[in-house]
Amino acid sequence: MADLETFRAETHQWLDANAPASIRGVGNTLLDGNWGGRKARYPNPDMKVWLDVMAERGWTAPEWPTQYGGGGLSKDETKVLQQEMNTLRLPAPLIGFGLTMIGPTLLQYGTEEQKHEHLPGIIKGEIRWCQGYSEPGSGSDLASLKTRAILEGDHYVINGQKVWTSFANLADWMFMLVRTDPEAKKQEGITFLLVDMESPGVETRPIKLISGASPFCETFLTDVHTPAKNVIFEVNKGWTVAKSLLNHERNMIASAFGTTAGKGRTMRDWAKEHLGLDGDRVADSAIRDRMAQYEMDSRAFRLTTERARDAAKAGRPPGPESSMFKIYGTELNQRRLELLVSIAGPHALGWEGPGFEDVELTLTRDWLRSRGNTIEGGTSEIQLNIIAKRVLGLPD
Amino acid sequence: MALVLTEDQELLAQTARDFVRTNSPVSRLRALRDGQDMGFSPDMWQEMAQLGWAGILIPEEYGGAGMGLADLAVVLEAVGHNLAPEPFLSTVLLGGQLLADAGSPEQKQAWLSGIATGEKILALAYQEARSRYDLNRVSTQAAAEGDAWRLSGEKIQVLDGQNADALIVSARTAGEDNDPDGITLFLLAPDTPGVAIIPQTRVDNRAAALVNLDGVKVGAESVVGAVGQGFQTLSHIVDLATVGLCAEMLGGMSQIFDDTLDYLKTREQFGVVIGSFQALKHRAAKVFMEIELCRSVVMAVANAADAGESDLALLVSLAKARCSDAFILATNEGVQMHGGIGMTDEHDAGLYMKRARAAEMTFGDAAWHRDRWARLRGY
Repeated sequence: MADLETFRAETHQWLDANAPASIRGVGNTLLDGNWGGRKARYPNPDMKVWLDVMAERGWTAPEWPTQYGGGGLSKDETKVLQQEMNTLRLPAPLIGFGLTMIGPTLLQYGTEEQKHEHLPGIIKGEIRWCQGYSEPGSGSDLASLKTRAILEGDHYVINGQKVWTSFANLADWMFMLVRTDPEAKKQEGITFLLVDMESPGVETRPIKLISGASPFCETFLTDVHTPAKNVIFEVNKGWTVAKSLLNHERNMIASAFGTTAGKGRTMRDWAKEHLGLDGDRVADSAIRDRMAQYEMDSRAFRLTTERARDAAKAGRPPGPESSMFKIYGTELNQRRLELLVSIAGPHALGWEGPGFEDVELTLTRDWLRSRGNTIEGGTSEIQLNIIAKRVLGLPD
Repeated sequence: MALVLTEDQELLAQTARDFVRTNSPVSRLRALRDGQDMGFSPDMWQEMAQLGWAGILIPEEYGGAGMGLADLAVVLEAVGHNLAPEPFLSTVLLGGQLLADAGSPEQKQAWLSGIATGEKILALAYQEARSRYDLNRVSTQAAAEGDAWRLSGEKIQVLDGQNADALIVSARTAGEDNDPDGITLFLLAPDTPGVAIIPQTRVDNRAAALVNLDGVKVGAESVVGAVGQGFQTLSHIVDLATVGLCAEMLGGMSQIFDDTLDYLKTREQFGVVIGSFQALKHRAAKVFMEIELCRSVVMAVANAADAGESDLALLVSLAKARCSDAFILATNEGVQMHGGIGMTDEHDAGLYMKRARAAEMTFGDAAWHRDRWARLRGY
């Protein structure tokens, strides 16, 4: 414990000395975080400085092994690092699917060569990744995917279409699922493959959502060549890798959400502002009850993720509680935004232009976007199926 | 404090589970109910006390183990699994903790070791008609007569009131009916002249009684804590007792859910087990999630109570609101998924449903605690 406190003091001092002043208090969400990559733009150049100093120490991926450029920290040290960053109001230097999805998957399934080729680029924020899973005919039934990859010499040639590829238009590489054996049972003919997005034959087209934003793309692949060495794990064993990665994805989605009403305003301030006061209380008792219910459920959820972490740290096998994180985390985010919209009333109806504050316009878009949270990364219904089968042992 | 049981707690939990499973099947509750006895078994209470459970919270100098609520919680969870009705709430969580916290040295000396050995039963009379969950709504009067006091009023649903060796009563020594100031706690023998104890029959068959106080005269030595400061003591003790009640509720909801799952895996209709139907699977998965959330919250609040953390009241409200809702959900779904058999008196599901409702309405229901949470959070 004394070592950890020394680490805390040193970390605090180092962060305080090296974090540029202008990035403190900057948002940390999927929308305003730093995704890195070749196409990254830095309206605030200090964000790039911040990325570079942290990447230099491997602290963009604090728990990854040092031989690939990671920080080599223990779980406890990582927690301390995060706490000290929170104390100093420092945003994550880097976010994205490299850190949360393909990186952990490579650490588990990649060869030494693959790890050395890809992990350093992720850690330094040089390469941004996207995920090629869903297809127009394969949503919840992902294993029915049809995009074909045929081995020709030492390359795979890929033909097909992916959809809901997050930020494919901004990504440098894609990890994807392809069908390599159309004769086999559907889960057994799938391979997990890496593809450079600059390869000829890759075309991306953004999809406009009900929120007006376009975080997803359609990705078309026409005779795209990728070296055979980019197969992760084994040919036709991609489903195993895919399932493992989906766990990382679900954990990421569950933990990705904010808790405020935007611009540092709490839900309580928001409610007092819009609904007024009755004595010292928010004037609407129905809204008060919904707020308390949301806050309580949110706290209970955080305690449950903490419990899972503490159990893992104590060396206990993962308990059944982790299977619920994706469902519950996404539903909480939806409830939070629904509630903020209810509180704002007509002020939440703005799309753009005069008469609405920025924070109100953002809320409207966030609310609409959040409806996708329980669909993407495996719908809530699929997650409930998984809990029923794997945790509760209910039969098909 | 980490949200994981210590090795000692794991061991205690296992011992408790084994003991309760072997010695306290739910059929015992049914027999007690139909026997019109004390509502619990004194012999069973003796055995539990010999295992050390009655004295977990009692300081070592009074013969207890001096352990914490997090330790007692694992025992209460086991007890809750099989709805064992022994007097943990009345005697250990309410009476015992109140005297340990606010009692005079003489009061502690007189009662605490007897609680730890299981020989003494206490009852806390804090509820009145229409007082709902507000501990400050006290209309029972205590009028000063020189050094002594004269108590008049009626207390309702006093847990183990008819079994108690001593009663602790909240009464108003000053102020208006809803005033938090001016409430005083009195410790008195149940055979004090003017005390009438009338057993009540509740839906969950826990022992409860009306306590009528008709000009009951008690001396100055019977006051527990400071005159006029009873509300603060009561609030704190009820918060701590709520932690224990939540642990019991966690056990109850876990058991009815396990029973329901077993039924889903064995009951066949349309030629298949009904647990293969997605409409039931998804609902079962939702109950599972609610119980997992409750488990985290109960562990957190028990740790916070033992550590004396400043946001304890907030966590107590969180735990009680969530456990109330989840226990009701688990039992409602349990009866529904069992179908007709779940509606019969011979099936256990109904006993869990009744206990869930009674536990919900003890120390504040979910809505009451959400309102308290909102007030504590400043809205």
